[in-house]
Amino acid sequence: MPAVIEVRHLHKSYEGKVAVDDVSLTVEEGEIFGILGPNGAGKTTTVECIEGLRAPDRGEISVLGLDPRRDRAELTQRLGVQLQQAELPDRLRVGEALKLYSSLYRRPADWRELMETLGLADKSNTSFSKLSGGQKQRLSIALALVGSPQVAVLDELTTGLDPQARQDTWKLIEGVRARGVTILLVTHFMEEAERLCDRVALIDAGRVVVTGTPAALAEQVQEEQRIQFRLSVPLDHALLSSLPEVASVSQSGDLVLVTGNGDALSAVMSVLARNQIVARQLRVEQANLEDAYLALTGNSGAGRNPDAEQNSAAEQSVDED
Amino acid sequence: MSVTTVPPPPPMIARRSALLQLTLVELKLLVRERGRLVIGIGLPVVLLIIFGSIPAFKTPRATYGGLSLFDEYIPVLITFTLALLALSFVPVILAGYREKGILRRLQTTPAGPVRVLVAQLGASVVLAVIRVVVVVVVARLGYHVPLARQFGGFVIYVLLTILALLAVGLFIAAVAPNGRIALAIGISVLYLLMFFAGLWLPIPSMPSVLQHISHATPLGAAVTALQDTADGRWPPVRQLLTLIAYTVGFGLVAARLFRWG
Repeated sequence: MPAVIEVRHLHKSYEGKVAVDDVSLTVEEGEIFGILGPNGAGKTTTVECIEGLRAPDRGEISVLGLDPRRDRAELTQRLGVQLQQAELPDRLRVGEALKLYSSLYRRPADWRELMETLGLADKSNTSFSKLSGGQKQRLSIALALVGSPQVAVLDELTTGLDPQARQDTWKLIEGVRARGVTILLVTHFMEEAERLCDRVALIDAGRVVVTGTPAALAEQVQEEQRIQFRLSVPLDHALLSSLPEVASVSQSGDLVLVTGNGDALSAVMSVLARNQIVARQLRVEQANLEDAYLALTGNSGAGRNPDAEQNSAAEQSVDED
Repeated sequence: MSVTTVPPPPPMIARRSALLQLTLVELKLLVRERGRLVIGIGLPVVLLIIFGSIPAFKTPRATYGGLSLFDEYIPVLITFTLALLALSFVPVILAGYREKGILRRLQTTPAGPVRVLVAQLGASVVLAVIRVVVVVVVARLGYHVPLARQFGGFVIYVLLTILALLAVGLFIAAVAPNGRIALAIGISVLYLLMFFAGLWLPIPSMPSVLQHISHATPLGAAVTALQDTADGRWPPVRQLLTLIAYTVGFGLVAARLFRWG
């Protein structure tokens, strides 16, 4: 079966500034594929080329076997899009927006049912400007799905949402995938990618750094395991630091911190057991997608709070991220 | 279990219904802007009432073919209500649509942003016609201003004026980066054009240099032409060409410059 989205060696510059240097990726049918990366990495430019909103300088893009620029009429029928920061007229009501957008498609979904599914039924007569951030986001997801697309591209799905709304949106997206829609998700929110994505591509400075499942990416940086515990009796550090799996040992009070590679834990535990030392409050920090992200992009700005990120104005204007 | 599939409607019909839906929605949105609606229709009517209650304005004069200054003023008020809509309202809406990403969002749908522009302008034409009818009806019923004696010509020139003004409005929307700047440009152009339309000083009372300039502006040409039709004459072709030139010229440049996002 051919890939749903295929991008090969995409390159795009704006006035001499390279936004996307060389991006290749493949999205298979039915998966949720995440594009991760810091602001200005080229995420939004990449998906805008996939959506056909921008013409690539070089490279090839095929979406459902279509060329996003040449086959616009057909592609827009089959590709649902949620743009970053796209609003609706202030006085347009929720029900009207859904009805209008459904009238634009050949085979629309039932917009009333969609409104129900997204928990907007009681807001049907509410103007767009009166909606909360979470409601606006749900409406924009509904509008991306109202044409019953085969593929949906969702850019910064949960940015600006409170934790509850974020959880609800994630459940919703899982439901959309269950209906067989292939989803391309742009995010710089690691927890979101870890929770939703089957595979992710990590983009930095206009290039794909790595592609794989979130778990596989985390494993790549697994050497950075950190083990923490409290001692019942004093311990000679040399017992641990002499282990080949251990990189460092440090102690403050009775709290010991050991760093080492992926096999450090079992090595440390067996040494402690041999010496009949009980490790209390044992904590092992496994690398997760965020660690992988930080290690692979060398970017410290991403992570827990996507709204707090501010990059330089120049970078933003290049990528519109 | 039987599965029934509804065949998709032919593309042309689907497209036409999309355009109709878009136009109806734009019309609804225009009507929901209560404040602007009230000012846009109310201001010219208030002026009508003020001028209508000045007796000297209502004396028939031989220079106006037996019509009064007040009768001659009706075309000025008609162009005023149209200019308020096309120059201070439409550009703000369209620039706002671009600023908010509404046009860009529609670019990703089968409708495309061009259809939205057409729908917006279509809705504006409908609203413009309603505005003209209000002014004409109030003048007719309240102040016994006769309908234009050359009524066919009147209708044609009103429509041409609407198109020329919307072309200028579209041009402003194309060059303005956001709604606020669109409003600033729109209002400036509005008052400049209304001066040459004779809102403050009737065109025949202007110095000849200003009269010449006036005839070259869209609203100067429109007012002169509408006054001619009120008097029962077909306006000179020059007026017709002036309005068409503005429509085509500004329309084409606007179409070239217009950005979606």
